[in-house]
Amino acid sequence: MSVRLATVAVFAGLAVLGCKGDGSSPAAVGSASQAAKLPSPPADVSLNGSGATFPNPLYQKWVAAYQASEKGVRINYQSVGSGAGIKAISDRTVDFGATDAPMTDDQLGKATGKILHIPTTLGAVVVTYNVKDVPDHLKITPDVLAGIFLGDVKKWNDPRITALNVGVKLPDQAIGVSWRSDGSGTTAVFTDYLCHVSTGFKDKVGSATSVKWPVGSGSKGNDGVTNQIKQTPGSIGYVELAYARQTKLPTMDLRNKAGKFVEASLEAIAAAAAGSLGKIPADMRISIVDAEGQAAYPIAAFTYILVYEDATDAAKAGALAKFLWWGIHDGQKLGGPLHYAALPSEVVSKAEVLLKLLKASGKPLLEGK
Amino acid sequence: MPGWRIGNLGDRLFRGIAATFATIIVVVLLVIAVALTQASRETLSAYGFGFVVGQDWNPVEGANEVYGALPFVWGTLVTSFLALALAVPISVGIAVFIAELAPEWIRTPTGFVVELLAAVPSVIYGLWGFFVLRPVLIEHVDPALSRWLGFLPFFRGAPLGNDVLLASVVLAIMILPTISSVSREILRAVPNTLREAALALGATKWEMIRSVVLPYAKSGLTGAVILGLGRALGETMAVTMLVGNKPSMSLSVFEPAATMASIIANQYPEAQGRQHSALTEIGLLLFALTLVLNILARLLVWRVGRLPGDAGRA
Repeated sequence: MSVRLATVAVFAGLAVLGCKGDGSSPAAVGSASQAAKLPSPPADVSLNGSGATFPNPLYQKWVAAYQASEKGVRINYQSVGSGAGIKAISDRTVDFGATDAPMTDDQLGKATGKILHIPTTLGAVVVTYNVKDVPDHLKITPDVLAGIFLGDVKKWNDPRITALNVGVKLPDQAIGVSWRSDGSGTTAVFTDYLCHVSTGFKDKVGSATSVKWPVGSGSKGNDGVTNQIKQTPGSIGYVELAYARQTKLPTMDLRNKAGKFVEASLEAIAAAAAGSLGKIPADMRISIVDAEGQAAYPIAAFTYILVYEDATDAAKAGALAKFLWWGIHDGQKLGGPLHYAALPSEVVSKAEVLLKLLKASGKPLLEGK
Repeated sequence: MPGWRIGNLGDRLFRGIAATFATIIVVVLLVIAVALTQASRETLSAYGFGFVVGQDWNPVEGANEVYGALPFVWGTLVTSFLALALAVPISVGIAVFIAELAPEWIRTPTGFVVELLAAVPSVIYGLWGFFVLRPVLIEHVDPALSRWLGFLPFFRGAPLGNDVLLASVVLAIMILPTISSVSREILRAVPNTLREAALALGATKWEMIRSVVLPYAKSGLTGAVILGLGRALGETMAVTMLVGNKPSMSLSVFEPAATMASIIANQYPEAQGRQHSALTEIGLLLFALTLVLNILARLLVWRVGRLPGDAGRA
């Protein structure tokens, strides 16, 4: 008998579930009236984005600050990596994507609409090391740096390094090269720089989010590389500037195109962007490594948010355009404490031009700005 | 009997539901295989079988771009079997101690502690391996090995820290609880009459364990080892943190390596185009490798089970 009872109960349950869907059951009516009693929020817009991990701390800060002032807009950013961000915006599974390296012509061609690159901030990659009794700001030239990462320069007391650092006692110790094992924009920017300054590196390794390194071992993430270097005497590696500053790692001063040894700082990164102004095309897709200028730090890069120029959902696209406008203006102030360099004003005005192109079903979204 | 027909209906219902659940597993496996094959179409058609034996992995677009899976298959097999070699004697030892030798008041806490090891998340093993075990290996174990055994190809080269040895030792610790707790249950299932018979014939405890208990439990113990191997093959997080992630096929345990799981974890999120396809194919290959090893293991269990000394068991 209990089996029959159970069967009846199951069917009764199914019947209740079935009724709920059409809204005629008492339960459904009850919950609807309950919702009506709550204070009605303004028209909610929720924006989803995904992409680069490098600007994630800044974007989260932006989202928190923007949501606090602009009620009714909800923004959700997932830091899943630049590659995944490009894929997501190309497939239109998100409202905006984010990437460190600009999309290639090939990738843009495959997308279902015209995608714009809005620069949001500037980042830098620094070379960090752990050698006993060797001070911060060891000097290095591009060709020696490439030599280390190619495995040609093997010891810390190699004459090519000691000649640059007169007065510093470098040990007879093997250089342990450490790199990012996971695909990352950091690796893309760093290898892009090495390709710019060394034809040997360009021919043997090349530039990408993951490359085939001739020497050393790989660790996952900025934290993995940082720990690896901290734990291994004689090691060298590259991490994002913000990460190196937060963890107080020693960093190398790099010789820039003008022949000056420059410490990585927010000012030196902004100088790199300013030094590249003449070269920046209208679509903003540019590499600013090895930039011109006395004070320019040579391994800097823009990071971008990717949006479709012509959107279908006017409410969403309008909210997104406003958010991005806010980001390239008010949002820039939030970057400093997080070690992101603010965009130079010339770059901001170029980005404004792009944002004004945004439209929904042919209608411009940012009229009157 | 009015209740009979309903009971029969219930039975049929139950059988139907259980069969559905069983089918779901098969369907899920098939769907995974199909999805992986589809997503790796590009490299499947570009390289064919050459992918499996290719020794070079260079994801940079351009003339040098090439994908070969052999270094990762190598890294996976080397770390897993090295881990087994380290873990099996210890885990069987633990199981014998708990099942045969330990007094009751030690038995329960020891078993509990060993099983607790299985509950530790793999990222914790990775961190522990990196911050605790790695310095010990670098300072004490690696120099000793290269000094006394450096003439062997397995201990050549300068120890870097993140290498096959470190990953294998941590893997061994991770699979230890799996093997030892299953082995313990297997040993407990050995009938007491056999032990008593051995003792009655004048065997010492050691002789009883060696010549009666272990042979009887052989097929079950093999099964326990296979379970451990399965865990070692697929382990991702801890291995990625420790193995050095440089695809190479060196014999030396002091060289960094990369495993199939680690390359996927590392490169998948940023992968595009052909690299994406190549990584999916590595996933497919890992799937196939696990299947093949499991089939081999089944055959082994079956063969071991039919050897004399184990005649009483199916």
